[in-house]
This record gives sequence, structure tokens and C-alpha cells, in this order.
Amino acid sequence: MSLILQDVKKSYREPGGTVLPILNIARFELADGEQMALLGPSGGGKTTLLNVISGITAPDSGSVTIDGVDLAKLHEVGRDRFRARKIGFVFQTFNLLPAFTALENVLVGMTFAGQGADRARAANLLERVGLAHRMHHRPPQMSVGEQQRVAVARALANRPSLVLADEPTANVDPSNQQNILDLIRESCREGGVSLLMVTHSLEAAGQFDRVNKLTDFNHPRGQG
Amino acid sequence: MNLFSIAWKSIRQRALASSLTALSVALGVALMVMVLVINGTVTRMFSQSATGYHLIVGAKGSPLQLVLNSIYFMDRPIENIPYRYYEQLKKNSAVVHAIPFNLGDTTEDGRFRIVGTIPEYFDVEYIPEKQFQFAQGRALTGGFEAVVGARVARAYGWTLGSEFPIAHGGNLADVHAEKFQIVGILAPTGTPNDRAVFIHFDGFYSIAGHEKPVEEARAEEQARQAGDAPIILPNAGSKTTGPLNVKAAQKKDQPEPAAPPQAVKEVASEQKQVTAILLQMKSDTLAYLYAPRINKAPVAQAVNPIAQISRLLNDLVGNVRTMLLVLTGLIIIVSGISIFVSIYNSMADRKREIAIMRALGARRGTVFSIIVAESVLLCLLGWIVGTALGHALVFLAAPIVEARSDVLINPWSFEREELLLLPVILALSIVVGLLPGWTAYRVDVARGLQE
Repeated sequence: MSLILQDVKKSYREPGGTVLPILNIARFELADGEQMALLGPSGGGKTTLLNVISGITAPDSGSVTIDGVDLAKLHEVGRDRFRARKIGFVFQTFNLLPAFTALENVLVGMTFAGQGADRARAANLLERVGLAHRMHHRPPQMSVGEQQRVAVARALANRPSLVLADEPTANVDPSNQQNILDLIRESCREGGVSLLMVTHSLEAAGQFDRVNKLTDFNHPRGQG
Repeated sequence: MNLFSIAWKSIRQRALASSLTALSVALGVALMVMVLVINGTVTRMFSQSATGYHLIVGAKGSPLQLVLNSIYFMDRPIENIPYRYYEQLKKNSAVVHAIPFNLGDTTEDGRFRIVGTIPEYFDVEYIPEKQFQFAQGRALTGGFEAVVGARVARAYGWTLGSEFPIAHGGNLADVHAEKFQIVGILAPTGTPNDRAVFIHFDGFYSIAGHEKPVEEARAEEQARQAGDAPIILPNAGSKTTGPLNVKAAQKKDQPEPAAPPQAVKEVASEQKQVTAILLQMKSDTLAYLYAPRINKAPVAQAVNPIAQISRLLNDLVGNVRTMLLVLTGLIIIVSGISIFVSIYNSMADRKREIAIMRALGARRGTVFSIIVAESVLLCLLGWIVGTALGHALVFLAAPIVEARSDVLINPWSFEREELLLLPVILALSIVVGLLPGWTAYRVDVARGLQE
């Protein structure tokens, strides 16, 4: 099993002092190489779930196991290293570093993973996403579709076992949305990488073999 | 990619702010470099100029005044000492070179000092391993010949064959009738020799009033032999000295026709005086042993010029240098603060960028290091530009300084203290990068990604 969440709870303390529960997941699984779309409304805890799975945020309780490693038991540094090596991120707002070229944006992820910057692989990834001619352009010089393609290449740079996509087509113009979606799914399929995409778009989610609603397994206030 | 290349990208991203910040450091470093180079040059010039001779012998009085007057051609002469004293010193087996100097007169307009001396002066190294070079002409051979320093020749536009009179005792209203002819122009030395006019000893004594009156000389000689003569003789450069009185007396008693102004007169040793004697001894030890013997006798004092100049440099120039270094150091600290402000202010806009790096797997320590590396790179850039700028400014200032002060500045001379600037700047950059780095360290990734 690639990803298993067991009894995961996460809540935030509001400025007034009241505790706001966000996640309460008894069990959630994603198999090796599986692609899943997770539907949920805005503010429903989708991003928090991705942050907990990626180790950006530690859960209050429970376990988050990826490839047999329980991230909840790792210190922050360990989670950072694990995230760099095992998890690829595709964000809604691309989150490219504006000072870096497309090629450098891919390389920088490799650098943080401590695996050395493999320029040939980075260039190859950019070629695969159709940006061979834009490698040395910086994000402000590229269209949003191109920027998201760079983000996809960056997510795959460290040969992750899991790619997390947070509304990857929400900021892309409609003509490019399908291309981006196809690119992410195809790239993950080729690499045998598991894909978890959170979205509020039924159209995007509908293309996945497995579609879940977050509310089906997340009961922050204990319902269900 | 490494941390420094990532940091460099961020610096380039904020090119204008980064450039201005680095420039402020560069200006501080440039000022520091200028102070160090000019101070080093001046200190060397003062110290080196004093290293050609072991001892300066002159009338008793202020040792520093004796050195300033004899080596740097500054200040006024103390008094004169008998020429015979010089003759005795010259015969001493411990002495390699004994160069007599007669000082007190100036060029007609009072700008440059006249130095009556012997041709041997130009055979002695003026600084260890530095021999006088003639840009034009030759050394003195006798009579009314003169050799001028490079600065003097330039100031007056003098060439070989030019003739000039000299002003008695620096009194511009009392210009001697005799004229000296230039037979040599020295190449620049970067020492006070550049602004001196050397005339032959014979010519000096042939000038009316420079020799001691016969009666006075005889009386003193007799008194000396009797053991009760005033040892220190009147200053030839003073208006109240014997020679001038004799001049007046001659006019009153018997109006003898004056000798042709350009004739070289034979002057008896008793009638001659010298202002200073520059001694080069066979060894430093001999100089050390010899000086107390001279000082013990009532005739003269022997001064180690290096010791005097070291004291002057430490007491006066050293304080000025320290003050300038402190000031420029403060400028660099202010520059460091500007780097801090620049980076710290940018942190608010860069929380998202830092959060992205963290989401990609960068550890807190990594983003902290990137921010500190930015500070280090900015300071390093400022140091490189500042060092180049400092030397370039010295290069531009060198001809002006040389024209005004005769100090030869080599703009490319690298002072050892400049090497200290680099670690100081690096340490400063790390210190000012700590707080912005800490801010980056504490960035909340989840919140930063949503900004």
C-alpha cells in the first residue's frame, strides 16, 4: 500500500481560543500507482489533508504512512527530507520560484532532496511536458499553462512515489485544463506514481477511475 | 545548484535594491581602502625617508626638529655646529658616509629649501637599495652648481642650465646676488628630496654672508682652545647672525669692492659651519654605541631618525589614522545595517517564496542559510567593488596628491590591512543576515503557501 492514513486528527486553535477541528479520518488508503480524485468544497479541509500527508503539517494524532514510513513519527527535518524525496507537489497557483528559469525550478527541487542537480533529467522532464523551447525562460515570461507544466516536471523530478495535486487546473485557462490534467495523469502513470488530486471540479474528478468525496471519510466533528 | 547560487538568484531578482545595498558597502570599503593605501604610503614615505642614515648630528635642541629639518626639510634649523666637528666625524673609522648639510635658505619665492651639501650625497642610497637617479644632467661637481628635485623642476619649469638666486634665511626681501646653475634634475623619489634644491658646499660658502667673519672665527677658535668658548655657534640662517653684521661692518669701515658674485671663494674651515651631518655607520650597533658619545659632549646631539619618526607617527599620525579607520569602520557598519534593513524588509514579500522552498523539501536550516548567504554575497560583492573602487579613486587622486604634497602614491599597492577587511566584512554580513535568516527559519509553510 502506498498511502495509509489511520485515525488522523487535525485541528487549529482560532484567535479567540476555540479549537476548530479540520480533519478526523478513521482510515484512508491509496494504492501503489493508483490515481484518485478527492472532491470537496472550499474550506472543507482538502489543503490541510494534503499538508498532513506531505508532512508540512504534523497531525494532532494518528499515523500517515507512505511506503511503510510513518511521517507522524518523524521529526520535522525527517519529514522535510522525506517530502523532498518521495512526494511531488502540483499546486493550484503553480508556486514556481519567479527568480529561477523553468530548468532551474526543476533543479532546485532536486537540490533540496540532496540528490544532486541532474540537469539532463530536468531537461528531459521539461521536454516531456513540451517545454524544450522554454527551459531558460522565467515564470513571468511564460503562460499559466506553461507554468503548470513546469510545476508538473518539478513534481516528478525526484522520482516520487506519490504526487499530490491541489486544484491543478483551477487557475489554468479552460483550453489548457484538459491538457494539464492529461499531462499529470499520463506522467504519473508512466512513472508508476500514485496520484491524489483534490478538486472541487466534478468535470476534472470525473475523469478518474476512483473518485471520493472528502466528507465520505473525513468527519471533523465526529459525525458518521 | 547550491545555496549560494540559489541566494544569488534572489539577489538578482531584486536587482535594484541589491545593487544599492552592495553599493553602500562598496563605498564604505572604498573609503577604508583609500585611507589604508594613503596612510600606508605616507607612513612608508616618512619611515623610509628616515632609513637612509643611522644618525643625524646637529646642534643641541629638539631631536625631532633636527630630524624634520634635515630629512624632511621642514621646520626651522636649530642652530649650526662648527665645520671642524664635521671634519672630525668624517675621519672616524666607524663612519662610512658623513654628509654635511647647510640649511636655512630658500628659493627666491620661499617655496623650496636650499640644501648646501657635497656631491657624495648623491652616491649614498637615499632609502636602502634606492639610489638617486638623474632624470637629466649629473651630480654636483663644484662652484655654483645646483641639482634640483623633480618637484622643484616641475614647479618652476627649470631645465638644465637654468639659473636662480636664493633667499637668505628664507627672507624673501634678502635675495643673494649670486646665481646657481642647474646641472642635474633628480628623477622622482617619493621623498622630500623631490622638493629640495641642492647646491654645492663651495658655492654655498662663496655667498656673501655665509662664511663666518674671520675675527669671530678666530676669537672662537682661541676661546675653544682655552676651553671657554660658546660651542654652539649662531645660526647662519638668522638675520642677527655674524655674517650679516660683518656685511654691515664692512660697509661702514672700509667700502671694499665686493668680490665678483659668481667667484668661488676659499673659505677657511674655522669660518664654516654646518646645520646637520647625516651619518651612515658601518653597522647599527656602532651607531647605537656612537650616539651617546656625541650626546655626552656639549657640541652637538646625535639622533636616530627612525626612532624620532616612529614616535611622531605613533603620537600624531597614528591617532589621525586611528580616527579615520574608526570613521570608515562606522561607515561599513552603517552599510551592514542597510543590508540588514534591505533583506529584512524583503522578508515580508518572500514568505511565499520561502514556503515554496520548504514545501519542496528545503529544511528550516536550509532557508536560514540561503538568507545568510544572500547577506554574505551582497557584502562580498560590496567588498570586491569597493576594493576596486578604492584603488581606482586612489589612482585618480595620486597625481593630485603628488602635485600638492610630493607623496608618490602607487594606486596598485596593496596594504596588508586590506586583507583584514575581507574577514571583517564576512563576519559583519553573517551578523546582519542572522535576524532575516531567523525570520525565514520561522516561516509557517502552510500559511506561506496561501499568501
